Order: sequence, then C-alpha cells, then structure tokens
Amino acid sequence: MKKASNTRRRELTDLTMRIVSGTASLIGIFFLVWILWTVGNNGIAAFNYDFFTALPTPPGIEGGGLANAIAGTLLITVLAAFIGVPLGLFTGVYLAEFGRNTRFGGMVRFTINITMGIPSIIVGLFVYTLLVLPFKHFSAYAGAAALAIIMLPVIARTTEDMLNLVPNSLRESALAIGMPRWRAIVSILFRSARSGLLTGILLAVARVSGETAPLLFTAMNSPYWMKGLAEPTANLTVTIFNYAMSPFDDWKTLAWGASLLIMATVLGVNLLARTLLREKTR
Amino acid sequence: MSDVKLPLYGELADPTPKISVRGLDFFYGDHQALYANDLDIAPNRVTAVIGPSGCGKSTHLRVYNRIFELYRDQRAKGTVLLNGENIFAPSVKLLELRRRIGMIFQKPTPFPMSVYENVAYGIRFHYAVSKSELDGRVEEALKGAALWEEVRDLLHKPGTALSGGQQQRLCIARAIAVEPEVLLMDEPTSAIDPIATAKIEELVEGLKGRYTIVIVTHNMQQAARISDFTAFFFKGYIVEFGATRQIFTNPHNKKTEEYITGRFG
Repeated sequence: MKKASNTRRRELTDLTMRIVSGTASLIGIFFLVWILWTVGNNGIAAFNYDFFTALPTPPGIEGGGLANAIAGTLLITVLAAFIGVPLGLFTGVYLAEFGRNTRFGGMVRFTINITMGIPSIIVGLFVYTLLVLPFKHFSAYAGAAALAIIMLPVIARTTEDMLNLVPNSLRESALAIGMPRWRAIVSILFRSARSGLLTGILLAVARVSGETAPLLFTAMNSPYWMKGLAEPTANLTVTIFNYAMSPFDDWKTLAWGASLLIMATVLGVNLLARTLLREKTR
Repeated sequence: MSDVKLPLYGELADPTPKISVRGLDFFYGDHQALYANDLDIAPNRVTAVIGPSGCGKSTHLRVYNRIFELYRDQRAKGTVLLNGENIFAPSVKLLELRRRIGMIFQKPTPFPMSVYENVAYGIRFHYAVSKSELDGRVEEALKGAALWEEVRDLLHKPGTALSGGQQQRLCIARAIAVEPEVLLMDEPTSAIDPIATAKIEELVEGLKGRYTIVIVTHNMQQAARISDFTAFFFKGYIVEFGATRQIFTNPHNKKTEEYITGRFG
C-alpha cells in the first residue's frame, strides 16, 4: 500500500473542521443558555400567588397578576386544538392513505408545505379581515382560528409521515379480514402510529402556544376576565409584548414571569413529546 | 405457453372447484405481470403455487381477495369464480368476500393490540356475539391455529410480544376466527425458523379438512410435503398444473422439470 504523503495536511484539515464545528455549536448553545438563564432568573421573581390568581392592576398600583391572560392563553390554545387537530389529522390521513399518488393529493401536499412557511403575522392579518373586521371586535375565537390555521399543516405533515411509516403489510392484513378502509385506518393504523401522532399534536400545540403575531390582530388583549368567546381576550404572549414595552417596572416583571411560564410550558410539552417518541422506538 | 386442461383433480378431490380462474391478466401500471391464467382450486385441499422469484405467484394469489385494489395502479382482467360466482361482480360485497377468503402474509403482522384482541377484533366486526361467546370463539380460533396452549396465560399481552412463529400462528387464528372458506398463504414460513415452520406445515395439514388452502411457497420441499396439487408459474404464465406427486415425479413440461430439479430459481 502506498503511504499517504499528505497525512499531515489531512490531520490539519480534520483539526480545523473539529474546531470550527465545535465553536459553532458552543456559540449556539451559549445564546440558548443565556436566554434560558435570563428569562428564568427574571421570571422567577414574578412568580407569586397573585401572579397566578389576580387580575393585572393599572400602573402605579402594587401587586396584580396575569390570571386572566393565563386562562385566556389556555382557552385559545385548547380551542385552536379542537379545530386544528381533527382537520390536521384527517388531512394527513388523506395524504397518506387516499391521495398518495394522485394529482389532488400532490396539490394538497404542496399547499400544506407552503402554508407551513407563511409568516404567522400574515395568518393573523388574514383572520383579522375574515373574523374581526366583519364583526367589528376582537375575539377569542378569531385568535383560536388563527392558531388553528398554523397548527393544521404541522399536524397534517406529521400525521402523513407517521402513517407512511406503518408498513403496508399491516394495512393489508386489516383489510384481509374484511375490515372496511376507514375502520382499518382508525383502529389499526392510528393505534400503530399513536405515539407519533400524539407527538405531532403536542409539538404543534407547543409551537402555537408561543405565537404572538397572530393574536395581536385577533384576540388582542384585555385587562379583564373574559365574559365570552366573542370579545377581546387576554393572553400571555400579547401581554408580554405590551408589558415589556411599557415604562413600568412591575409590568416588566409580569412580562418576565409570563415569558418564563410560556417557556417552561413549551419545554415541558416538548419533553413529553420526546418521551412518547422514545417509547415508540423502543 | 400454457396447455393446461382443467380441472385435473382426477380421483383426488371433489371435481367442483372452489375457486375457478379463467383468462386472468394482471397489470402493474403498464407492466403486465400475469398472462391468461387458468386455474382451478380444489375444495378442502392444499394447492401449492411455485415458481421462480417474480413469476407472479403472489400477484396471482392477491387477486383472489382483491387485496391488490388497495393500490391505484394495479389492475386485474378476467374472471375469478368463488363457488361459481364472479368475485368482480358488482353484487359481490368486498368485505364479505374478504371474510370468506382469509389471507396470511409473508411476515407475521399482529395488530398493535393484545393477543386476545387480535383474534376478537374481526369476530366482533363480522358477528354480533356476547362476551362469553366471543371468549369461546377466540379460544376456538387459537386452538385451531395450535396456539392456545402456548398463549392461554398471555391473552392480554401484546401480540407483538410473541415469537415470530407464534405471531404467524396468531395471524392464522385471526384469519380463521371470522370463519372463512378459503385461506390464502403468501409464503407464510419464509420469515420463520425451521422448527416454527414445521409447526405451521403440520397445522396446514390439519386445516385442510375445514378450509380450502392455497399456499405460495419458494420452498419446493414444502410444496411437496404439504400440498395435494401444484401449479408451476413462469414469467406470469401457469406452465403446469397437476397433482403434486405427478408434478414432482413426472413433470410434463421441461421448464417445470428444470425448476424442480434446481436448475434455475
């Protein structure tokens, strides 16, 4: 065997690559840790009994909390999931089971991919013209609709991917005992792909629970408890936006608290999703 | 290419075929995979389908329960009669057809549920039965698949927890639980160890009293051991069909002889 004459150069290239990629990851992690640390540090100071139970107070008045915003975000997200999850699931089912090699299926898949890339502020504006302008008021359902539109493609794609992972032999054996197609999908394929499907749903929920722009034009915000779905509804992200920009220190503290709460929730949901996925691969 | 005269059962079976195939062509998109297949399947006998890889054995089998219709680009032309009734007739209920013609696949495919549920699922769908009757039928199906003794204490464990051979017998139990008339087996032992294979072969012998069995196999010893009739496929044609003993001892066609003596495969 011919001895490699350029061993030295190769070793040098190898070392350079290691240093460059190592540094890049360190920089990435550095900022992430910085954000986590700052939000954690500042946010934890806001956490007290009032934060979770009281309404916000006008500037200058001590105390106050974000109970209405916490409830509002929960409500809007749950409502969005009620619309977005079934639509996304069944779009995914269509793509994986019925539209696999059809023109229409291809069109749907293409549209879904594009929808996934639409900036969320545009989704917000779209829903604003559709559900806010005609009724002349902001509302929780408009906010939920905007979030549902953002969820739909995410869930549709993960559903399609997860169903595509189910081997055809399982589809065939369900049909081979005389089960109708829908039944095979709902009770055999869904069950076989359940942790993957659930992961997709959780990730979509985590994704929208941090969205601000689509809510700015739809749910808006409110310092009060909501009285119904058809009015401006307090929520954490728009509250962060408003309070962080304000000159008042106690509002800023609340904004930190809201940031930490959202961050921790998203982190928690992501961890849950990962655990589920790991269970699947086991 | 085919000069098969049907039926050719002689004294070996009821002369009325259970399944009767005439002029069957099959297409994957533009590619033709089967040409003018004529075949009669004897009732309550085991018919083996042999031939080299890619000759259309599985394709032929997958027409009987119309499972190929899951794929948009696959098409069959010709007639397949089950008890004299064309399975492609508009009056045929597809789900009922598939209940009557069960299928076992190459790889065991237990449903993602318990052993019990795997068998009970189809029964519940096709028959309205009480809980105790369901229990009885599940037990009966598992006994029919020679699996009961091994799983009676594991009924609520997931089906995937069983060994490969047990999973395949679970699939057989699942198929016979809905009381089919025909069992199609598409290389049922190719993914299974020799001891488990022997068990399944033994099981097939026992099952033919109640069911008409068509088995696709790559293993010629297996075909010789367990089948009464054998069809030899080559390049989408049925080249020879006859009693298994005759096919293996005195094949009429040169291609058949070359294949069974191992000159190609």
